[in-house]
Amino acid sequence: MKPIRHTQSLLSVRSIMVLAAFVAIWASPAFALDGQVRIHDPSTIMLCDGKWYTYGTGGTPLVSDDGWTWRTGTRASRSGAAPDVIRVGDRYYQYISHGAMIWSKSLDPNSPDYGWQDGGNVFGSEGPDDFINPIDPGAFLDPTDGKLWVTYGSYVGYTRVVELDPKTGKRVDSKFTNVAVNCEATTMIYHDGWYYLLATHGSCCRGADSGYNIRVGRSKKVTGPFIDNMGIDMMEGGGKLVCGSGGRLIGAGHFGLIDLGNGVQKFSLHWEADLDRGGASVLDVLPVLWKDGWPIAGDNFKEGAYEIESVRTGTALELAVEGVPVGGPRSRGGRGAGLGGAAPNERGGGEGRGGAPGAASGGQGGGESGRRGGGFGGGMFGGTSRGPIPPQDVAQVSTNWPIGNIDIRMSNYMCQAQQKWTVTPVANGGGYLGSPYFKITIAGTDRTLAVGEDGELVALPAFTGGDEQLWRIDQLTDGTWRVTPKFASAAKELLALSAIGSSFATLAKFDPASDKQRWLFKTP
Amino acid sequence: MITLDNIRTSALVILAGSAILPAAAASGDASRNLWLHLMRPATAETTPNPNGFIPRWIILEPIPANGDTQNAVQQTVKTEHFPNELTVIPRDGDKVTVNGGELTWHAVDTNEYNVNLYYFASAFGKSASNALFWAVTIVNCPQEMSGVRLAIGSNSASVWWVNGREVIGIYGDRQTVIDDGVSKRVTLKKGPNVIRGAIVNRSGAADFCARFLDKEDRPLKGFTVRVADAEK
Repeated sequence: MKPIRHTQSLLSVRSIMVLAAFVAIWASPAFALDGQVRIHDPSTIMLCDGKWYTYGTGGTPLVSDDGWTWRTGTRASRSGAAPDVIRVGDRYYQYISHGAMIWSKSLDPNSPDYGWQDGGNVFGSEGPDDFINPIDPGAFLDPTDGKLWVTYGSYVGYTRVVELDPKTGKRVDSKFTNVAVNCEATTMIYHDGWYYLLATHGSCCRGADSGYNIRVGRSKKVTGPFIDNMGIDMMEGGGKLVCGSGGRLIGAGHFGLIDLGNGVQKFSLHWEADLDRGGASVLDVLPVLWKDGWPIAGDNFKEGAYEIESVRTGTALELAVEGVPVGGPRSRGGRGAGLGGAAPNERGGGEGRGGAPGAASGGQGGGESGRRGGGFGGGMFGGTSRGPIPPQDVAQVSTNWPIGNIDIRMSNYMCQAQQKWTVTPVANGGGYLGSPYFKITIAGTDRTLAVGEDGELVALPAFTGGDEQLWRIDQLTDGTWRVTPKFASAAKELLALSAIGSSFATLAKFDPASDKQRWLFKTP
Repeated sequence: MITLDNIRTSALVILAGSAILPAAAASGDASRNLWLHLMRPATAETTPNPNGFIPRWIILEPIPANGDTQNAVQQTVKTEHFPNELTVIPRDGDKVTVNGGELTWHAVDTNEYNVNLYYFASAFGKSASNALFWAVTIVNCPQEMSGVRLAIGSNSASVWWVNGREVIGIYGDRQTVIDDGVSKRVTLKKGPNVIRGAIVNRSGAADFCARFLDKEDRPLKGFTVRVADAEK
């Protein structure tokens, strides 16, 4: 066992490093999150009276009106390392490393219910030789029985769970259970009959050299044992990866579940180093996906060009205009034409099926190349001798599209211009938890997906910035996407893009149990 | 020809009790299949089937037509082949002249979810390929029904009107899939509402199905269906 003072000294070094990292001011890139997002060890993001709140090491408070753009908030009455916040009844309990607890009935300093009360010390080392550094608390309210728990620990020593009184936030007795070893930033969640222990492996506080990564094990009991996907106990170092470094973001830590309901779960975390912000430690929010009974980090929506495909029907969203085949119209080849015959825009030999690709001989009416067989000289299956067919030029095919509004429908995806959409974040358009609002336009044009006055979908000739043209795109826990217009995203009855029938899309009340409102964004 | 206001509520005197369409008396497999799939209405009015599909239609023998793309179909249905093509409320046995040939409207009931146009055409010695079929029915609502949608499927392309307003078009070579095309929200007024479809088939099988969906996308019922009476 290592002496506790060893880890405490490490902690103080870490805190100094973290605080130092906050000194610099960096321009905000488009992702991840916007505004002032520099923080280390954020508490689980909490919603209170319409605003989002989190507190980090050193008391760093951040607040956001929409979950996308953040600013510095108001410090709580006490601060320390790596706090966590949970709402139980009408109280928000804040637990701070080494066991301090404070509580308030509001997180909004302007609320008459705001005011942090001292709740005393509720956990810590159990003795001088206790193999634990009691930091990084994570609070958990068991949805099955209403019991309140807190886990804590560090990368040297045990991770421990103790029970708390939901009414007071204080510890109920002296019992404790060790559930993992050498982890930081633990917390628990419950899903489909299992308790999941989320933990952060690796080390922090070294910028882009920090190996923090979020791991998970699961148990049928809140007290463990927590076993990973390979059968390894988290008391022996187990843990399945939930979220690691990627892109321009290094060192994921401090999982905090944000269950938005209706099939949408997200989690707050920090990155040890955002390379686009000079390597600063920053707040982020990512979707939670569930795969084979395990949580994994999803993705916030990324701008790009997409086919938008309905899970219900397999058909793709498109403008209701005449489609033109890629490469131009083409008739079927002649009967038995094999692989010889017409190129695009060249008439074939009349209706009839040609021979199979590579067939040795064609039937009557086949061309010479078809009868020879084996060559791809054209014909019904042979393509054109002109080489690769370029992508459809929207400027060319859109000349016959109506100038004004165009209806929206769905159809088999055929790689055509009216089926390819560009999804772009809108500057100053606001946002939602984890993302900005997007506009959705036909690729290469300004024709914009919007909600018409009749409540149906329509493509406007141009984007003008109205709320009916801004879209919230949330990843659901199965990895598909929910698409919601901004004006309806906060409505009492959540409206989402919905497939109705095979060939029509509309807005309808979101039903998390149905495929009607699940969409795939595929690279065209 | 009659107008919507003249639709009578009496029984389909001439049609009632008939077991098979007149021309289908011709021998051959097609007539037997027609008997299996379609029958002449035996009552004055009927109701949607348990899944809401409209079982009664009056259908014109096919008109030759080419092309199932959006532009081609729109051009076909907007071309007047006979007078008042988009407004007529035909009666069983009415005849029209198209390109010098005489075509007849036939009232049919189906026990299936769909109406099989392939056998309909065959029964009258016509081809269902490269053909335009007109189908009309009248939905009688006991009260106004707002926010409903016409949901159709067709093989192949089709365009649909509710009370004279075009509400759906689906195009290209496609199977009849239930609720393939769904209209925007429409209001069915109290009393008779005219539903009109134009099905354009390129080759092979041809059929269609149609029903209304309520605000929750459930099959709409609670109305009756009839076609205009035959002229006495």
